[in-house]
Amino acid sequence: MSKVVEIRWHGRGGQGAKTASLLLADAAFNTGKYIQGFPEYGPERMGAPITAYNRISDERITVHSNIYEPDYVVVVDETLLGSVDVTAGLKEDGAIIINTQKSPDEIRPKLKGYKGKVCTVDARTISIDALGRYFPNTPMLAAVVKVSGVMDEDAFVKDMEESFAHKFASKPQVIEGNMKALKRALTEVKGL
Amino acid sequence: MAIRDRLSGNEAVAVAMKQINPDVVAAFPITPSTEVPQYFSSFVSDGKVDTEFVPVESEHSAMSACIGAQAAGARTITATSANGLALMWEMLYIAASSRLPVTLAVVNRALSGPINIHNDHSDSMGARDSGWIQLYGETNQEAYDNLIQAIRIGEHPDVMLPVMCCYDGFITSHAVENIELVEDEKVKEFVGDYKPEHYLNNAANPVAMGPLDLQNHYFEHKRQQAEAMKNAKKVILEIAAEYEKLTGRKYGLFEEYKMDDAEVAVVVINSTAGTAKYVVDQLREKGVKAGLIKIRVYRPFPVEEIAAALSKCKAVAVMDKADSFNAAGGPLFTDITSALYGRVDGVKVINYIYGLGGRDVKTDDIEVVYNELLEIVKTGQVKSVYNYLGVRE
Repeated sequence: MSKVVEIRWHGRGGQGAKTASLLLADAAFNTGKYIQGFPEYGPERMGAPITAYNRISDERITVHSNIYEPDYVVVVDETLLGSVDVTAGLKEDGAIIINTQKSPDEIRPKLKGYKGKVCTVDARTISIDALGRYFPNTPMLAAVVKVSGVMDEDAFVKDMEESFAHKFASKPQVIEGNMKALKRALTEVKGL
Repeated sequence: MAIRDRLSGNEAVAVAMKQINPDVVAAFPITPSTEVPQYFSSFVSDGKVDTEFVPVESEHSAMSACIGAQAAGARTITATSANGLALMWEMLYIAASSRLPVTLAVVNRALSGPINIHNDHSDSMGARDSGWIQLYGETNQEAYDNLIQAIRIGEHPDVMLPVMCCYDGFITSHAVENIELVEDEKVKEFVGDYKPEHYLNNAANPVAMGPLDLQNHYFEHKRQQAEAMKNAKKVILEIAAEYEKLTGRKYGLFEEYKMDDAEVAVVVINSTAGTAKYVVDQLREKGVKAGLIKIRVYRPFPVEEIAAALSKCKAVAVMDKADSFNAAGGPLFTDITSALYGRVDGVKVINYIYGLGGRDVKTDDIEVVYNELLEIVKTGQVKSVYNYLGVRE
């Protein structure tokens, strides 16, 4: 049985964690993988904690439960660290990727003794510099691709360019900003 | 060549509807089925289909409009979930008894109350005696394939019954997964044109639909309806064989997974079957003779075939994602044990009610079930027949 890479996203309603999980599924699909991308639905409220998931594999995936022992966890909003048990079940040989201005060493004490790899990326600064607004999901998407290595970086960048061109066909001005945010995040992940 | 794509279950069903290009779609939104008419209505406004889209004010009206359109001679599709299906109840029976092959996508969701938007099978299980054919699908692929086949099954002259195609809310409807689509023109050719023998818009042969039918004929009409359901079993297999030629994907009345030498087996419906297959694979690696049966066709219920498939097992667990509140067991359990009675002796059968209201079903939960079956095989004792899985008590 080939290895299935399992990723869990933690974000807040409105930050685009669900969209990021679907974009990741799309990008992995385009490299020939079998994919799942699904959010855990609840009452939808802006700012409420939400969870989304990805499974990525070379073989067909049949499991249809949520993910309890992820290889990677992405935290789109740092303020969740106090209220959501983000490292629950996270594999020690995996990694957690957090959107924060802090360094991995500064943030580790908040992770309940998690011993695996801790990576950070300042998605807020990247997003505001590139887009003029706070959309943390694009930088976080790039960061998880970088850390997990689920696909080739160049293929990912190329695929996202096409994907944004399609998604933002009616507002092409945001394509360049998103691509800038994506590329910068790939180079600015700390703790690798 | 098949088209490799990635779609959610609801997207896949909407695409199937686009390819079928029905004459009429009448629908009312309800979570988690809302996206189906939503995506489809965009195909209508973009001119990608010729369908008359009827936005109605309730599900009762949706099914009524479908019945009227289908009676007039139009091929008709709708979609709903949970309380929407409940509100259609009266009209479900009328569609079936009027022998109108309406197609309905049921995105399974827990029936209120308490109010809950998540998946279980309490909605469609309640409609199991409404006279509709019921097909169930594990994945987005099966939801798509079932809907295309449903058109041919329902409209077959030996059947002429409505068909509901059920798949799990959120788990299947909203998760994006890989899928292989059939080309538009091949679907068009496969479903063909709807040519009913009798229909209201036929001035050459005027008929009445839905008249009063009292003691002298009602019973005969119900008898014919029952015969149509019996005929459906053969027709479903014929259409599946034809669909396999088109796509290479094999469909039957149910799927047997590693059943050849299975001593313990689980019988399950929809997405949980996939999770259970993973557990079967793991058990097989340890040398445990575990198997699985996934029901695809629940109405008509394949009694002889199910009995034969389970006849060599020592212990079987039937999984129900709906309770019957009969103090005896869930709907699938009742049907399976009835199927075995008088046909197969000595198979120990237990029942688990699981996953109500969207309670997540993990591989660990399924392991609990197989371990209990192995314990029954070892001791020969059944401690409890009617059980609940993953509930706090």
